[in-house]
Amino acid sequence: MADLTAAPTQTVEIRESYLAMTQRKRVYGAILLVFFVAMMVAGFQTADARNAGGFWDGITRIFDYPTEVLSEAWEKASELPGHIAHFFPALIETLNIAAASTLFGAMLGTVLSLLSIRGLARWPRLIPIFRRVMDICRAVPEIVIALVLIFLLGGGPVPAMIAIAIHTAGALGKLFSEVNENASLKPVEGLASVGATWIQRMYLGVIPQVGPNYVSYALLRFEINIRASAILGFVGAGGVGYELKNAMSWGKGRYDEAAAIFILLFVTIVVVDQLSGILRDRLTHGTRSGAQA
Amino acid sequence: MTHTDISSEPHMHLKADMTRLFHRKRLINFALPLLLLSYLTYVFFAFDVPDLWAKASWKNANTLVSDSYSYKTHVTRDNRNGEVRVAIEGERKGAYPAGEAPAWVALGETTVIDLQNGHEVIFGPETIRYTIPGYGVVRATPSRSAGVQAELPAGEVPEWINASKNRLSITTDAGRLTITRNRAEVFRYFTGWELFFFTLDSPYHGMGPVALLQHAAQGEAGAIWDAFWNNKMWRHADVAWAMGETLLMAVLGTFGAGIVALPVAFLATRNFMPLRSLRFATRRLFDFLRGVDSLIWTVVLARAFGPGPLTGALAILITDTGTFGKIFSEALENVDQKQIEGVQSTGAKPLQRYRFGVIPQITPVLLSQLLYFLESNTRSATIIGAITGGGIGLLLTQAIITQKDWEEVAYYMVLIVLMVMVMDWFSGWLRRRLITGETESANG
Repeated sequence: MADLTAAPTQTVEIRESYLAMTQRKRVYGAILLVFFVAMMVAGFQTADARNAGGFWDGITRIFDYPTEVLSEAWEKASELPGHIAHFFPALIETLNIAAASTLFGAMLGTVLSLLSIRGLARWPRLIPIFRRVMDICRAVPEIVIALVLIFLLGGGPVPAMIAIAIHTAGALGKLFSEVNENASLKPVEGLASVGATWIQRMYLGVIPQVGPNYVSYALLRFEINIRASAILGFVGAGGVGYELKNAMSWGKGRYDEAAAIFILLFVTIVVVDQLSGILRDRLTHGTRSGAQA
Repeated sequence: MTHTDISSEPHMHLKADMTRLFHRKRLINFALPLLLLSYLTYVFFAFDVPDLWAKASWKNANTLVSDSYSYKTHVTRDNRNGEVRVAIEGERKGAYPAGEAPAWVALGETTVIDLQNGHEVIFGPETIRYTIPGYGVVRATPSRSAGVQAELPAGEVPEWINASKNRLSITTDAGRLTITRNRAEVFRYFTGWELFFFTLDSPYHGMGPVALLQHAAQGEAGAIWDAFWNNKMWRHADVAWAMGETLLMAVLGTFGAGIVALPVAFLATRNFMPLRSLRFATRRLFDFLRGVDSLIWTVVLARAFGPGPLTGALAILITDTGTFGKIFSEALENVDQKQIEGVQSTGAKPLQRYRFGVIPQITPVLLSQLLYFLESNTRSATIIGAITGGGIGLLLTQAIITQKDWEEVAYYMVLIVLMVMVMDWFSGWLRRRLITGETESANG
């Protein structure tokens, strides 16, 4: 009997404490939101104040440059195919930089990631060192290495390739490590039981399991590296970025060339994006349908 | 007979299958490396690597490496009036006040410079003497009329001495002496980054940490900090500002893109946007923003806004709006309809339905993507800063262009790597706190 009378007060208590909790949560959320908005506004104002041109002034002129470029390109539309053909070798160079750096980076990343698998590493004590090496490779922006190498080796595709490869090794190494963690140990143990060396265990036991994922990540990285190699060209590392910088610093009169390069770059990025998307889809889902067939 | 035929047929098939499989595997195993090798050979020649080897500047490499961890102090005598000046790296910012010199230089009528290990240079009133242990004494008298008259010890001139009519230069492990008609200059090399904490004109230069702490305890902490912070050689205040700008670009760009992309992403989803044409248009807009690439956005925006952090932030914002739009719309297409119906059944208005039915479902994806991009955008902001001129990227390119401040380049590189690593760690920590923390409380 006493229980029956106690129950309603308990419900009221629960209800009150629940409401108080939601209230508190809402207040915290609101404070956090206000704080975030204030930070964003303050940050925006700081950035605006330290910029050479102001935001409200610039926003009206944002389309001036594209219009200028496009109108000149439109006037000389008949020359556009010629320009595109002219800059095509530069685009090939940019693509080559991206492809070669992805290849080298993937190889180095594979080695680093295999050397840092817990339980399978060649030198277990050195795992932290290999991980730090990957972290540092990943943290270095390509432009830093590229600029230093341009000083040493002169302008050209090789500094860009090395710079991107180093960053790629770190970035892919980390992703590969995550894939390796999920690899089954059974094939490796089987190989170890028949006396396989470490390299054989890795090559025959781990790589076949993780191969499709590796390739899928490497393709994604290739997309990113095309962009990176275009950017590095802009600071003097050859390829289509370098041509773009030349055409742009010339200014009026060569805007049609700039437009041609814009188009080349845009189309390349979109096409590679689509192709690698399809390929990656086939790699991750295609094997399943192949097994069903 | 027929019986055995039937049973052997699958075997034959299986065997043929396996043979084919092995054949294919063998082919792939050989063809793939071969393909790779031939591509790399092509690249090797397309990039002109053999020529590169010849072009590479080992002298530059040497300067770069040695300069990044050491510095040199110049002792210069003007031969026309006999005035001797001492300056670190030969820069005016690092010059000792007139009449003052480090302990290894004794100024006077004849200036004696101790280069250690028995190496000693003496700037006499007329003649300059360099005592080199194991070789002898080199004397040289510069004059306006006769150039530099050098007297070397008898025997063959070693390759580290370069003597001509108007110039004598001697490079040893201890330092370097260069004499021309107008001036004589000695370099002595030291390990470390010179004047990193205090410049020569500061009263705190050369003080040990203990002495500094004593001064700080006596109420000079502000002055000490001021001397360090406004160090003319290393410009710590400017560097801190530049790092701040780079981070600002990354934060504004990433979160700004998130704020813009979230509402627009609804328009690109199958389940929230019934209008097919609008959906298609939004998706193509995202593809366009992503495809144009941050390089082109940076170039276009720099024309409108000029160099600075705002341009960089906007370039990141625009590119990432495309990326986030794609990711968010994919996440929105995968939301569970049941929660929305549940919220709707309580009589929620459309806006409340989105707020309580949809947003909680995609918050983990949203946050983890934002934080992941925050880290990678810190790196992008450095690169964009180098192109547009803002943040640490600008300082880095400026230092590289001088082709001599490699110690500063090394310093900035260390700072950038540390900044990116700290951001990586921070975003990972926050991601774990926010996302796994949330699922835990949901379970509990």
